[in-house]
Amino acid sequence: MKTNPTKPVTPVPEGGAREKKLDTYVLRLYVAGQTPKSMTVFDNLKKICEEYLEGRYQIQVVDLLKNPQLASGDQILAIPTLVRKLPLPIRKIIGDLSNTERVLIGLDLVPQK
Amino acid sequence: MAKPRTQLPKSKTGIQGLDEITGGGLPKGRPTLICGGAGCGKTLLAMEFLVRGATQFNEPGVFMAFEENAKDLTKNVASLGFDLKDLIARKKIVLDFVYVGDREIETSGEFDLEGLFIRLGHAIDSIGAKRVVLDTIEALFSRLPNQRILRAELHRLFRWLKEKGVTAIITGERGEDTLTRQGLEEYISDCVIVLDHRVSDQVSSRRLRVVKYRGSTHGTNEYPFLIDEDGISVLPVTSLGLEQAASTQRIPTGVARLDAMLGGAGYYRGSSILISGTAGTGKTSLAAHFAEAACRRGERALFFAFEESPNQIMRNMRSIGIDLQPWVQKGLLQFQATRPTFAGLEMHLTKMHKAINAFKPQVVIVDPLNSFVIGSNEIEVKSMLMRLVDFLKMQQITGLFTSLTTSGGALEQSEVAISSLIDTWLLLRTIEIGGERNRGLYILKSRGMAHSNQIREFLLTDHGVELRDVYVGASGVLTGSARLAQEAQEQAGKLTRLQETERRQLELERKRKALEAQVVALRAEFEAQETETLSIIGQEQVRGAQLVQERVDMGLSRKADAAVRPNKQKRSSK
Repeated sequence: MKTNPTKPVTPVPEGGAREKKLDTYVLRLYVAGQTPKSMTVFDNLKKICEEYLEGRYQIQVVDLLKNPQLASGDQILAIPTLVRKLPLPIRKIIGDLSNTERVLIGLDLVPQK
Repeated sequence: MAKPRTQLPKSKTGIQGLDEITGGGLPKGRPTLICGGAGCGKTLLAMEFLVRGATQFNEPGVFMAFEENAKDLTKNVASLGFDLKDLIARKKIVLDFVYVGDREIETSGEFDLEGLFIRLGHAIDSIGAKRVVLDTIEALFSRLPNQRILRAELHRLFRWLKEKGVTAIITGERGEDTLTRQGLEEYISDCVIVLDHRVSDQVSSRRLRVVKYRGSTHGTNEYPFLIDEDGISVLPVTSLGLEQAASTQRIPTGVARLDAMLGGAGYYRGSSILISGTAGTGKTSLAAHFAEAACRRGERALFFAFEESPNQIMRNMRSIGIDLQPWVQKGLLQFQATRPTFAGLEMHLTKMHKAINAFKPQVVIVDPLNSFVIGSNEIEVKSMLMRLVDFLKMQQITGLFTSLTTSGGALEQSEVAISSLIDTWLLLRTIEIGGERNRGLYILKSRGMAHSNQIREFLLTDHGVELRDVYVGASGVLTGSARLAQEAQEQAGKLTRLQETERRQLELERKRKALEAQVVALRAEFEAQETETLSIIGQEQVRGAQLVQERVDMGLSRKADAAVRPNKQKRSSK
């Protein structure tokens, strides 16, 4: 689990999240085991967060192999799954997050076309 | 190979009839696909498999629902008597509702379904489940993108389930041309069961068919099944062979004269009896007689009525002196009255099976059979009746069916063409003579007994059915008042003849008396003559003597010597 302190920063260049610009993003990443795949998705997420949500995000990583009972809470089927717990509403993105544009759409950081 | 071939290990479903069709249940430790259209009972069948497993075979199970949430599912199956809450509390069943979301999930890059595996694995391990249901896993396809990954993952899932050694049911919605929309049958090849819910002539019926069962024999027909308050029951009847035992015990028909016609002893126990006839010929009355006779023997009779209500039947039978009410109260007679159109044939058949299994009667009456024939479903009706007859014979239950034949049609062709299934066939017909209709009864056939070939007139009296000899004369068969008239005529003729004889006897007597009288008269006459003659003779003799005396006297007086030769004088005097 990795946490960054919250501090206000400059608006997002794309200007997508108009009113949410000050929101803190609480993101939960579900993985299964400490595999290279898990590492890749975490790195991908980290990169995106640093670029678009610098200073106002939290990432919680849940390893379902260690805590399988947590899978049903967020209705996890696919691995990896990223759940945006905050701001509401909850959004889910599945996949290894290698496509940054899709991740931004999924997190509602850019207006959907 | 002295030993019987080793069958695939199977896992009993506990569902009525399904284990018979599949020869012992679903393949143990393998996934089974159950597919069918919406509302055909997939979820229910899967749920019953789990519940029965948990309660009857000590095999806990996991139900993974993709379509209904746990609350709805619990509520839905509670109506069938499954207490899921309790089973979940006792760790017999795990219910996991997988919510896939109501819109497509955003994807970025590669993924797999490891989360589902972990969830399922966790659920299985938490209660040591032996059975798993995935209902309906295809829901994943509409929510998750990337079909290629999904297919690969499903393939992996089914392999994984096999490795886990759990007996699984995967349900799938029927597709356009395929068994399932997503072609799941390609992955699950061990056992595929198709459920069907079809409506024909506004009556719906559910059917089940085992399309495939690798490594095992199975019934390949479509089997009707029923969902009711006890869950699912499948009817595996057409698989029966002709192996029923044949009883030699005879049971009375309830009509003494009919017993006499049937070799003097009535029907065979466990045989099937058909009473066919046109409207109003007394089919139900004969059936009621039979039911009453069974109850009198202390046996149980089950009366399936499809045209009249039990009360109506009892009232009508009371009018001919058969009181069924006491037997109903004693619990020996049970009525099951439904409209034929109330349900499909299979539903009826299944309901009848259930009623028979529950009541365990020795006698079953179906009145009438052919109210099931609606439109052009004769073949189905026939197959249904065949299964019913088979079922009854297997249980050694005597079945009596009535069948309404339409007047004008061939009487001997029963409408539902089940004659070949019937052991004893009574035909009731109306005989129209002299401006009236009368009932006639004869035995068309009765297997395995010498039976009367006579037509009997059949009367409904206030003390039940009565059979009378019909009058067969020069003018054909006479019944009713024609018979009565003929009988009266015969009676009159007999009387006339009797009187004639009497008259002749009297005449003879008279003649004899006359003769005797004549004889008496003649004798009297003769006697009279005799007397007269004798008296004349006497007089003559007396006169002769007198003459002699007179001569003597005269001679004496003349003093002649007449005393010497009196004879001369006498001779000369003559």
